[in-house]
Amino acid sequence: MSKRHISTTVNGDAAEFLAEPGATLLDALRDELRLTGAKEGCGSGDCGACSVMVDGRLVCACLMLAPEAEGRRIETIEGMAQGGRLHPLQQKFLEHAALQCGFCTPGLLVAAKALLDQNPDPSETEVRYWLAGNLCRCTGYDKVIRAVMDAAADLRQVRRAS
Amino acid sequence: MTDVMDRPALKVVGTRPIRPDGVDKVTGRAQFGADFHLPGMLVGKIKRSPHAHARIVSIDTRKARALAGVKAVITAADLPDLASQEYEAGESASNLRDLSQNCMARDKALYQGHALAAVAAVSAQVADEALDLIEVVYEVLPHVIDVEAAMEPSAPVLHAHLFTEGLAERPATASNIAKVNRLGRGDLEAGFGEADVVVQGRYTTKAVHQGYIEPHACVAQVSQDGQCQVWSSSQGQFMVRTYCAKILGLEIADIRVTPAEIGGGFGGKTTVYLEPLALALSRQSGHPVKMVMTREEVFRATGPTSGAVIEVKLGAKQDGTIVAADVVLKYQAGAFPGSPVGAGSMTALAAYDIPNVAITGYDVVTNSPKVAAYRAPGAPISAFGVESAIDDLARELGMDPIVLREKNGVVSGVKAVYGPTYRDIGYLETLKAIKDHPHYAAPLGPNQGRGVAVGFWFNVGGESTAAVHVNEDGSAVVVTGNPDIGGSRASMAMMAAEVLGLPVEQVRPIVADTASIGFSMLTGGSRTTFATGMAVTQAAGKIVEDVKRRAALIWDTTVDKVAWESGQAVCLDATKSAVKPLTLAAIAAQAGRTGGPISAEVSLNAQGAGPGFAVHLCDVEIDRETGHVTVVRYTAAQDVGRAIHPAYVEGQIQGGVAQGVGWALNEEYIFDADGQMENAGFLDYRVPVASDLPMIDAVLVEVPNPRHPFGAKGVGEAPIVPPLAAVANAVRDALGVRMCDLPLSPPKIRAVVDGLAS
Amino acid sequence: MVHVVLAGADGREFTGGEGAFDVEATSVRRLILALDQRFPGFGDYVERRMAFAIDGVIHQDAYGAELAPDSEVCLIPKIGGG
Ligand code: FES
Ligand code: FES
Repeated sequence: MSKRHISTTVNGDAAEFLAEPGATLLDALRDELRLTGAKEGCGSGDCGACSVMVDGRLVCACLMLAPEAEGRRIETIEGMAQGGRLHPLQQKFLEHAALQCGFCTPGLLVAAKALLDQNPDPSETEVRYWLAGNLCRCTGYDKVIRAVMDAAADLRQVRRAS
Repeated sequence: MTDVMDRPALKVVGTRPIRPDGVDKVTGRAQFGADFHLPGMLVGKIKRSPHAHARIVSIDTRKARALAGVKAVITAADLPDLASQEYEAGESASNLRDLSQNCMARDKALYQGHALAAVAAVSAQVADEALDLIEVVYEVLPHVIDVEAAMEPSAPVLHAHLFTEGLAERPATASNIAKVNRLGRGDLEAGFGEADVVVQGRYTTKAVHQGYIEPHACVAQVSQDGQCQVWSSSQGQFMVRTYCAKILGLEIADIRVTPAEIGGGFGGKTTVYLEPLALALSRQSGHPVKMVMTREEVFRATGPTSGAVIEVKLGAKQDGTIVAADVVLKYQAGAFPGSPVGAGSMTALAAYDIPNVAITGYDVVTNSPKVAAYRAPGAPISAFGVESAIDDLARELGMDPIVLREKNGVVSGVKAVYGPTYRDIGYLETLKAIKDHPHYAAPLGPNQGRGVAVGFWFNVGGESTAAVHVNEDGSAVVVTGNPDIGGSRASMAMMAAEVLGLPVEQVRPIVADTASIGFSMLTGGSRTTFATGMAVTQAAGKIVEDVKRRAALIWDTTVDKVAWESGQAVCLDATKSAVKPLTLAAIAAQAGRTGGPISAEVSLNAQGAGPGFAVHLCDVEIDRETGHVTVVRYTAAQDVGRAIHPAYVEGQIQGGVAQGVGWALNEEYIFDADGQMENAGFLDYRVPVASDLPMIDAVLVEVPNPRHPFGAKGVGEAPIVPPLAAVANAVRDALGVRMCDLPLSPPKIRAVVDGLAS
Repeated sequence: MVHVVLAGADGREFTGGEGAFDVEATSVRRLILALDQRFPGFGDYVERRMAFAIDGVIHQDAYGAELAPDSEVCLIPKIGGG
């Protein structure tokens, strides 16, 4: 089968790649664009390690076909730190030791950012349910949840100040 | 060796700095097994058995080889046919023949998912097509998966050459019971004769998977001169090197293994599945080959740990003194011998000082994937039975469950059931930490129950190498050979920084490939912070001795007149009162004049690891409508010796609890009548998610291990031991009924609730 | 004399079922040699399969470890881990 040419925006820049019709967005990101921050933990939409944003919506890149990315705006973990500065969520994950092996971390960060973008003041329960699609086998989630809550508090302060 | 333990003020050890590899991991830059890429790389895939047990009559690969884009096809015929031979690699002995045949089936497929052939092709699509073109003729055989069914004399026999070890006489017929092991002391019959109260139970657990989120992955390359390179995600690059050499009949010197970041292992990555096959495919094709498992392959062909039957009988006096214990353990080994029943036996009663004991363990092969180590291998299973029975005993005696454990608890000087005499253990301190915790006295709500359970793990030491290099500006690099699974780079850097007197940010830890650092056993058994940490500390200590010598040279004095204080050399020579202390940076700047580069390497075999005890307290709430059990509060105390980086120690405990809760409530391998695993994916094999768990309060008890320079004990394994019983005991408390078969899934709870109602 | 104890049934096929005995040895290496002399094949088995708890401190593969005249050496199966 012949590959198709796809044009997208990835982390703010125009990006083009060739994709088999059956390839997933995750395959395209990882194998064509070499953006390997999004991980494949299951390939079936159950682990969240492949979380990316597409047109502002949180999706599992393993469940979306690469050709469907045509004309869309994609954000990945590689675009989260801005201009040499970590996003507050990234910083809080480090401070709270919210990662052990770090394999789930890119997905968790992308998903957590999606939450805070739409709900700046989530309760612990809201955070836990929002992140229920992101498996982490190492941490027991305790420090992950604390990091997200702490980052939310920081971000609220920044917003108030500006 | 510099002994820093007595120093009153540790500056780095015990603090919570940001881990040195953290930024790469929060920005997506860290390279895990599947992230590696080489030009001209092929995709390797595996053809697997659809049958749980079958004789392989023939494998015809001609059509696959003829397909355009296919560059290599291998079967067991392309690997040496190894004789049965035990070989030590990394941690414990493995049988090389079994290891090889688990990577690639030779005469028989022993479980559904057993590898039969592998291909390398220019794309995943072509590789998949090639797999379909491989023609295998099977003679399907009856299979057996249940452990007790496999022990029956009438059961289908997996290995005609397997005769039960450990019997008084060598048996005449082959059996699925690979080994019987016995442990004990005293006189069981007399012990039960003295008992006022006897409790007993029969408990079962199902096979569960380690569930690391990163599937196995590697890239291998064999060049035309036979030099082999492997990049893979494993718990030990040296283990990968040894096993690849043995399975392929290669020289160790021809193989270089570079560890990728590892996305979780929990014991499951202490062996090889893909690497030898990728090398064989690369050798045949002349191209680098990448192999990545799907999640389904991970479930069907790697891990898990044993499903088991545990029988426990305890006898006690009215005052709570336990006088006799009889434990029988039957563990699934999967397709080849080697379940963790030995460790399960040794740990089962390790927390109790009981005079009359018998523990019998059966290692049983079954038509399921060969079990791999899983965090404190074997211990959670036996602890589930024993700790459930202890809970029943406390109820029977009307005693507080912690008081009962204190009364029978081991202390330093007591002989463990598994043999040695305990030293420097902190078990009673850990029990007290839970007894005194506000959680223990907190009121329970309706439909809630509370459970206590304890756990034990030996922790191990072993062979490690570490190098410390001081850079020209006085900063340092620490090189070790142990993959960093959960933050060990941070603790290595911290221990070196402590000894050198540097801020931890000035110490960069790296995990080196097999050609760049001396041999180290794999990361496992909770050994890295202890053993490799010891090597790091000693190497840093050598640096201190060396720079003192150099300072003496600079000051033109003798080395005994130089002290090392807070990261600088201080001159004690009264005749040189004007000289200022020399920092590491100042000495490093003059390294050329004082003897050349400042570097030290230490290789050792660390002995005397201290065992860890964990005491867990769990509250559950039961939804009587749905049968759903929610863990509403969890407190876990553990003797960790000394926490080097407390946040990562807490993280180990919290992670172990989460895995144990999953084991207790949801996780299980489900096989259909044909021996096919029915739930080989994260949708149906349900590991705990964020909304399943509460915060997990980790309480660190610190009874230092005097045989480690900072007092550290291993921490990673003990926390998975108590949760199975802690949860089950809490459910018992809430329901008033003892449930003995894990997982305590909603249908089982509902059945009990319905039974109570009628 | 060093007092040697076999914790479990492992290895007793070499010792004729005996689980405790006294041996003259000043190091682990000498102990292994002495055990092999007393029970042929046992030294090799111990090296491959067993760890040594010397007065309670577990040693794996430690030829050089010294033994005091009244040391207790408990032979236990080698321990791995996850
Ligand atoms: S890889 Fe996409 S959800 Fe798991
Ligand atoms: S940190 Fe390992 S899976 Fe989350």
